[in-house]
Amino acid sequence: MTDRAFAVVRAGALTTVQDRGRRGHAHLGVPRSGALDPYASALVNRLVGNGADAAVLETTVDGCAVRPRCAVTVAVGGAPCAVTVDGRPVAWGAPLRVPAGAVLEVGAAVRGLRSYVAFGGGVAAEPVLGSRSTDLLSGLGPAPLAAGAVLPLGPQGPDAPGCDVVPWPAAPEELVLRVRPGPRDDWFTDASLRDFATRAYRVSPASNRIGLRTEGPPLERAVAGELPSEGMVLGAVQVPPDGRPVVFLADHPTTGGYPVVAVVRERDLAAAAQSVPGTPVRFIPVR
Amino acid sequence: MRTVAVGEHALLVELGSGEETEAFHSELLRRRAAGTLPAVTEIVPAARTVLLDGVAEPARLAALIAGWEVEPSHARVEPAVDIPVRYDGPDLPDVADLWGVTPREVARIHSATAFRVAFCGFAPGFGYLTGLPAAYEVPRRATPRTAVPAGSVAVAGRYTGVYPRASPGGWQLIGTTDAVLWDPAREPAALLAPGTRVRFVPVRVGGR
Repeated sequence: MTDRAFAVVRAGALTTVQDRGRRGHAHLGVPRSGALDPYASALVNRLVGNGADAAVLETTVDGCAVRPRCAVTVAVGGAPCAVTVDGRPVAWGAPLRVPAGAVLEVGAAVRGLRSYVAFGGGVAAEPVLGSRSTDLLSGLGPAPLAAGAVLPLGPQGPDAPGCDVVPWPAAPEELVLRVRPGPRDDWFTDASLRDFATRAYRVSPASNRIGLRTEGPPLERAVAGELPSEGMVLGAVQVPPDGRPVVFLADHPTTGGYPVVAVVRERDLAAAAQSVPGTPVRFIPVR
Repeated sequence: MRTVAVGEHALLVELGSGEETEAFHSELLRRRAAGTLPAVTEIVPAARTVLLDGVAEPARLAALIAGWEVEPSHARVEPAVDIPVRYDGPDLPDVADLWGVTPREVARIHSATAFRVAFCGFAPGFGYLTGLPAAYEVPRRATPRTAVPAGSVAVAGRYTGVYPRASPGGWQLIGTTDAVLWDPAREPAALLAPGTRVRFVPVRVGGR
């Protein structure tokens, strides 16, 4: 009997199911969610022959371990880490076959933060509003992995794995975020805007899937008072009352009442998702 | 009306008032339904703005919008929802004091008001409802509650809202409803969407 599913042996600090997220529901207060490093999740899907919409696992810092109940093709990518099957070292960043009942151990990230695990056929958790992504802000989608939980796998497609070797961007030593100023840059003093564009910030340990928090020179307001709530985009650099910029990631709230000084280019957000606390951050304004 | 670029793929349209925002939002929905709006992924109305996200050519859309004649929002017939409420919230006496009326009057005034969902946010299915006159604006509670029960009907600022699920919250709780505000298995998942007209129908405390 083929039971297309896997059991969670070790959940890790935070492992969630992620795909490309929910679109078109922001007006109802539903965040887009989805893999924080979409390039890594797309690459592991390609390695096992999945389409781009298949759901994968996203680990945080210390990986996870799972026991498939069926033989399945798996690929681990994103943050580099040790990978073993029943204790034997196997390749990271390449497709591998895991026998039924064997334990796939995804080790702690050696560099970066988040590793991605694709299974042939994808993780077939129940979709909510068209996506299997776990949204940690509003609690939509499958719960974060817990030891003992069993998650279904989709049927393996007829396609052979798309490729054997793919290029992986290295986790950044320094996080360079290109930003487009506005829409509320005029809420801050000129001196603060200069600081923002030229000084070094650092990734705060309080960062999560909702936002990359930073430590560094606080931005000072030129405008007192409150901004009425307005719609927020992925990559928005929101400045709360403490003046420290927060870069909105996939699980960000859809509206917010703190001014957005700039918006990070979407291409640069995958690196933000892989930047460990303490990583230097520079915001580079571009038009 | 002013449009501001937000990153590479979005536009924020700033309007002069809540009423203008509602009218502009209705206009966007009308044009999208008619197939005359360039493709956008998200239309997110808020207090004084509408965000258009997932726009291929924001500058072109901004130029297009600048030439629009926006019809008043009452020109559109929006869906209507009745929400049964027991006016039994723990903050009802405080709100009555702030309004300078009795708790019973709070229920009467609130349930006689024609509300409209101005925008959503905070949590899936949470709508910011406008309709109460400015004289009935109330502050948030000085200390937010760590747990507000699902179905709590609450007021803060110029807005009324219903908590779709248990969550922390700082609004003044005036009642409770059994209506299900958010059910991802239902189509549509949200009872309230921007533009929905809402009336609160009082049900007797302790009975149905």
